[in-house]
Amino acid sequence: MRYSGFRVLKEALTGHRGWTPAWREPAPQPHYDIVIVGGGGHGLATAYYLAKEFRQHRIAVIEKGWIGGGNVGRNTTIIRSNYLLDGNEPFYEFSLKLWEGLEQDFNYNAMVSQRGILNLIHTDAQRDAFTRRGNAMILNGADAELLSAEQVRREYPFLNFDDARFPIKGGLAQRRGGTVRHDAVAWGYARGADSRGVDILQNCEVTGFRIEHGKCLGVETSRGFIGAGKVGVAVAGSSSRVMAKAGMRLPIESHVLQAFVSEGLKPVLPGVITFGAGHFYCSQSDKGGLVFGGDIDGYNSYAQRGNLPVIEDVAEGGMALFPGLGRVRLLRVWGGIMDMSMDGSPIIDRTHVDGLYFNGGWCYGGFKATPASGWCFAHLLATGTPHPTATAYRFDRFERGYMIDEKGMGAQPNLH
Amino acid sequence: MRLKAGGQIDRDTKLSFRFDGKHYKGHPGDTLASALLANGVRLMGRSFKYHRPRGVLTAGSDEPNALVELRSGGRQEPNTRATVVELFDGLHAAPQNAWPSLRFDALAINDKLSNFLTAGFYYKTFMWPAAFWEKLYEPIIRRAAGLGSITTQPDPDPYDKGFLHCDLLIIGAGPSGLMAALTAGRAGARVILADEDFRMGGRLNAESYAISEMAGSDWAAQIVAELVSLPNVRLMPRTTVFGAFDHGIYGAVERVSDHLPVPQTGKPRQTLWRIYTRRTLLCAGALERPIAFANNDRPGIMTASALRAYVNRWAVSPAETVAVFTNNDDGHRTAADLIAKGVKVAALIDTRPDAPKAAGTELLAGAQVIDTSGRLGLTGVTVKLANGQTRKLACGALGVSGGWNPNVSLTCHQRGRPAWEERIAAFVPAGDLPQGMIVAGAAGGQFSTHATLAGGAEKAAQALTDLGITATKPDLPQAEDAPTRITPFWHVKSDKRAWLDFQNDVTVKDVKLAHQEGFRSVEHLKRYTTLGMATDQGKTSNMGGLAIMAELTGQSIAQTGTTMFRPPYTPVAMGVLAGRSTGQDFRPTRLTPSHHWAKEQGAVFVEVGMWLRAQWFPRKGETTWRESVDREVSATRASVGVCDVTTLGKIDVQGTDAAEFLNRSYCNAFAKLPVGRVRYGLMLREDGIAFDDGTAARLAEDHFVVTTTTANAVPVYRHMEFARQCLWPDMDVQLISTTEAWAQYAIAGPNARKLLQKIVDPAFDISNDAFPFMACAEITVCNGCPARLFRISFSGELAYELAVPTRYGDALIRRIMAEGAEFDVTPYGTEALGVMRIEKGHAAGNELNGQTTALNLGMGRMVSEKKDSIGAVLSRREGLSTADALKLVGFRPKNPQSRIPAGAHLLEKGAKMIVANDLGYVTSACYSPTLESYIAIGFLKNGQARMGETLRAASPLTGEDVEIEIVSAHFVDPEGDRLRA
Amino acid sequence: MIINHPLLGPCDAQEFTYKGDARLIDRPDGMAEGSGPAFYDYAYLRDNPAGEHRELWFHEQGDRSWLVVTRNTVTHDIISVELARDVARSMGRSR
Repeated sequence: MRYSGFRVLKEALTGHRGWTPAWREPAPQPHYDIVIVGGGGHGLATAYYLAKEFRQHRIAVIEKGWIGGGNVGRNTTIIRSNYLLDGNEPFYEFSLKLWEGLEQDFNYNAMVSQRGILNLIHTDAQRDAFTRRGNAMILNGADAELLSAEQVRREYPFLNFDDARFPIKGGLAQRRGGTVRHDAVAWGYARGADSRGVDILQNCEVTGFRIEHGKCLGVETSRGFIGAGKVGVAVAGSSSRVMAKAGMRLPIESHVLQAFVSEGLKPVLPGVITFGAGHFYCSQSDKGGLVFGGDIDGYNSYAQRGNLPVIEDVAEGGMALFPGLGRVRLLRVWGGIMDMSMDGSPIIDRTHVDGLYFNGGWCYGGFKATPASGWCFAHLLATGTPHPTATAYRFDRFERGYMIDEKGMGAQPNLH
Repeated sequence: MRLKAGGQIDRDTKLSFRFDGKHYKGHPGDTLASALLANGVRLMGRSFKYHRPRGVLTAGSDEPNALVELRSGGRQEPNTRATVVELFDGLHAAPQNAWPSLRFDALAINDKLSNFLTAGFYYKTFMWPAAFWEKLYEPIIRRAAGLGSITTQPDPDPYDKGFLHCDLLIIGAGPSGLMAALTAGRAGARVILADEDFRMGGRLNAESYAISEMAGSDWAAQIVAELVSLPNVRLMPRTTVFGAFDHGIYGAVERVSDHLPVPQTGKPRQTLWRIYTRRTLLCAGALERPIAFANNDRPGIMTASALRAYVNRWAVSPAETVAVFTNNDDGHRTAADLIAKGVKVAALIDTRPDAPKAAGTELLAGAQVIDTSGRLGLTGVTVKLANGQTRKLACGALGVSGGWNPNVSLTCHQRGRPAWEERIAAFVPAGDLPQGMIVAGAAGGQFSTHATLAGGAEKAAQALTDLGITATKPDLPQAEDAPTRITPFWHVKSDKRAWLDFQNDVTVKDVKLAHQEGFRSVEHLKRYTTLGMATDQGKTSNMGGLAIMAELTGQSIAQTGTTMFRPPYTPVAMGVLAGRSTGQDFRPTRLTPSHHWAKEQGAVFVEVGMWLRAQWFPRKGETTWRESVDREVSATRASVGVCDVTTLGKIDVQGTDAAEFLNRSYCNAFAKLPVGRVRYGLMLREDGIAFDDGTAARLAEDHFVVTTTTANAVPVYRHMEFARQCLWPDMDVQLISTTEAWAQYAIAGPNARKLLQKIVDPAFDISNDAFPFMACAEITVCNGCPARLFRISFSGELAYELAVPTRYGDALIRRIMAEGAEFDVTPYGTEALGVMRIEKGHAAGNELNGQTTALNLGMGRMVSEKKDSIGAVLSRREGLSTADALKLVGFRPKNPQSRIPAGAHLLEKGAKMIVANDLGYVTSACYSPTLESYIAIGFLKNGQARMGETLRAASPLTGEDVEIEIVSAHFVDPEGDRLRA
Repeated sequence: MIINHPLLGPCDAQEFTYKGDARLIDRPDGMAEGSGPAFYDYAYLRDNPAGEHRELWFHEQGDRSWLVVTRNTVTHDIISVELARDVARSMGRSR
């Protein structure tokens, strides 16, 4: 079924009887050409692009719970491509370009809203670093703009310019950055994949991999064995525990990141804003809630919930930046499990097991990467070679010394 | 309308307030909602999507409808529930989400279009053309959406934070909470009793029945009075426990001043309490849920318990004639209470054909409300009788009772999931409660007053037994013990819209559509329809929604399950979460020992981490910062300058293994450093990347003083402690951070020694022979003041760093300036420091950015292969030692007056501005008054081999593109003659 | 969270700085022939269990002890707390 304004009108006038399920609930087949483990944004996007762009058939996405229940539905919805390093920037710019055409591509309004992202500058050293980054973005074909404090003030007059512990000295803006309605991304990809024949199997948990003679033959699941020509794993925070079933240890730790939303408010924040002197970033959803976040709690966790100190820290950052927030109320706090890699950058690669592929290590930046991650993983699964923008995302980069460490924090995941 | 008698209000005192521009009167004890109802105001707000008229649904913090903007100016508070606002004299509140007025809201047109605006309609349209989203559709949607508006003025009120510790935290001061507090209080345990209401007693204040022949509210007051007399019990009214965190830590907000026009002097508006408790008793009661039926959202329709509370506690009836619609016995109690207060009850409509008898009103058993009327307030309901006939009843209010949901929220903040209990047709707390939590009373599904009283005492005693405290249960007062009789009934079937989520306008139809489209998991249902995402977090709506989904899928409610309960229990102001950490107090400010002196000199300060450092010292007549900085550099290089370098990290390393410890901590060798000498050291992380650099001075065989960069003082110390305790636990070495113990000044320039000789006590020979470059010693200055002297140079000049105990720091800088007057000693700030280190080619933070190696920094050979030091092995990886690795070099512009932008990238002349042509980047840049030219340093691929070449430093971001020559990074005195002079 | 410090008793986790897997105590010998792969494993690979995890916490705003905390990463329950120095010694580390 194709969605359109006309269709909405027609259904409204005929009692909404024509709407059909956004995706089927098929029974598992005994064998697929490609099985994607993980019904989150990345897994669903991979299946979608495998079917649509790489003309693959007989694909299944298997999901332990309900699709979109992990980080794709728990993030702060920001998209951007303001990366510094050559290993990252082309990939994220590819992703941003895919976002720009995504809704028309998968016929679902995910509310891709390019209202801009602004990273604030508070020190001269930060300005130097952001200048380097902005130039790297431009060299990679992305957009970037360096703003003076006065320019920032014109766009965000209500920020703390006059009584700040760390005064705002400017900002690095990416106008093409913005936000996307996160759940809709999972649903749009699911619907698009389903309509192209992909089986989405919910409530189907992987319990093991069947590996014989170094080749992966399929997955053992709570709904029985499912054979596969190739298996791609895209399970974010669960990466270590799933890949352990294939005998692998990963350069990844799982950490909890909390996210926050305020009560609904009339429009106040035009775009996404990131405080450069504390842990706070914020945007306003179309529904009116301020959606914001800060730092990870900092300890290994699979609990999808965090603790009070980080909540306070984030509120402090928010108040320091935006003193009018005092009477805005925090409505809800939740947590997601981040697959924090050892250099802060992801992995899209084959494994030592023939036919078993891995996509993970997205840290807290996986949402914006969803389209490109899906596309590049599909490319790898379909062609056996990495996509040109994802060649650096190899497992062996740590052993060989080719880390992609944007923040320069080294092999300590909770600092990325 | 206000009833003639009764209510827990002070009728002798009148309070004036204003809502929607009109003036009204109320009494102490009123909430804004009760006072408005008393004045005949039922319309208080508009819903989110359809802008339907809204009145109160509840009488408590679960209110989804009656949201107002309270106060104004910097104190404007959007989305404030009128049901919890304590009335004060002069209160003013405005309606929100309505334009031009609450009564005539233009966007009520959405209500007419509701057939098009069903759940998730926006996912299916507004896609063409793509650019229209940001330009057209989204701005319209955004303007229409949102609830209240926020001020952009700073919040003028202070907030506080504090810690509390107790044996037993009791959450909720209803019957079970009061009995629990009494039990634990009398046993001598440290008890905190917190309740969100301003009056303790919970439902006892809203009910008419007696406890031991007293009014429930009087009994509650009597217990509270005893609790107040117990020194070990802390009563916290107006305090919401909003979250259960790990290991028995709870977050609570005390609304210290929200019931006052403004906080009293010295008092905060609110206080965030972090309560650390050994045991927690959740006595949070239960919340009544509505029933969905056509047009069940008109002002005047509310939960039956709210209707009862308004009548009993506030002596207010929303209308002269009311009706009650119920599926359980509790609705009968509402009808009885209303009748007892003289309110006319048009009928008691009970969905149960076998409903018990009712007195004083007509009972319509087996009947259902199928529609309602009244545009801005209820005028009547249409009832379908058991015999299939319909009947219209005129009434101005309708109390609806769909049963009660135990308030399980806090039991689920960690990993608990509630379980379905058929007896009461509701979810109750199940296993996996937060550590140390016990549930009592209605929160645990025990609904009779007797059961809640007994449960409170019993569970408190149980909690104390766990803690080894013996408690005697108080005598139980007499109270009603009626069984819970309910026949679950969730919605009246209808083609019209029947509301589940009143704020977000989610109706039964939306749930059906979600089911039809495959959004059947409760989490999908929530996210697709926005059910339960309103400011009440679904307290009044979730249960109905999931019951209907269960009906549609054919699963049981237990199988359908609930969505996650998340903190905060009710929304919490950002201000109180931040406390005092706002504005200038966002983070602590560290001042250097010379700060006050520098301030006297008119220094300009800059934030360096937590520190404030002098950036430059403007002099009269200087109009730009560059003038001052150039002067400071030139004066230092010409004669002598002084700079406070206290902020550098200092670590004392002592013990017989100190030398070996440093030998393993730095990549270069330290074992054989002689006493009295200093060495530059480069520390790597274990992954082989440069971590930090500094110096280590050997003051004795077993005593070193290590310096770190300002930024890394804490991480380096932590890292060294890790190595000491975890890697080499038996080494005889001790560490202590002395950053704050020593004030340290750099004294640099050709006259530095001459100046120092006037300060250093004569017993110490600091001549070039006796105290050469890289010497160090413990000395005295200024006639006996202990000091440490290091002959090290960041500026490239003949230079020393002189440290004295911090308390002498201010005196020392004044002495240096006085003694140095004859050399025209010049204080310099961080800018001049930076210029001189770039002139000298020293790496600093911009170069030690966590991505660079010793090789990149031109120190590859420093990484000793003869010893095992941290980071050495992994620094040898292939990717870190490629032939074209980045190397630190210097840049000079072809035109000396062309600025080189830091952050520019390096490209060949004429090369296209694409990443494939990127050869490196500029890290640090400045104007060099010494060379009378702009200069810079940075990293260039294979840089050492490209000396003399011309490249471009391109910064498209700033519109700059400068031709540069590749030179050595050592611009000034590359041979180091000056520093050895 | 509350960490029960073996010397100081219960302390708020906010006083501590987290490092990660306690295997970081078990640093390979950098002078051993071909220690590269061992260092790669040491520095980069993690078990990252969903369950009990032995991990390093530094009492930065306290007594500066490094502790090995055994904590469940699913429930956050803390099972035991030891001085990292004792753990290191028990693992055979010395000088």
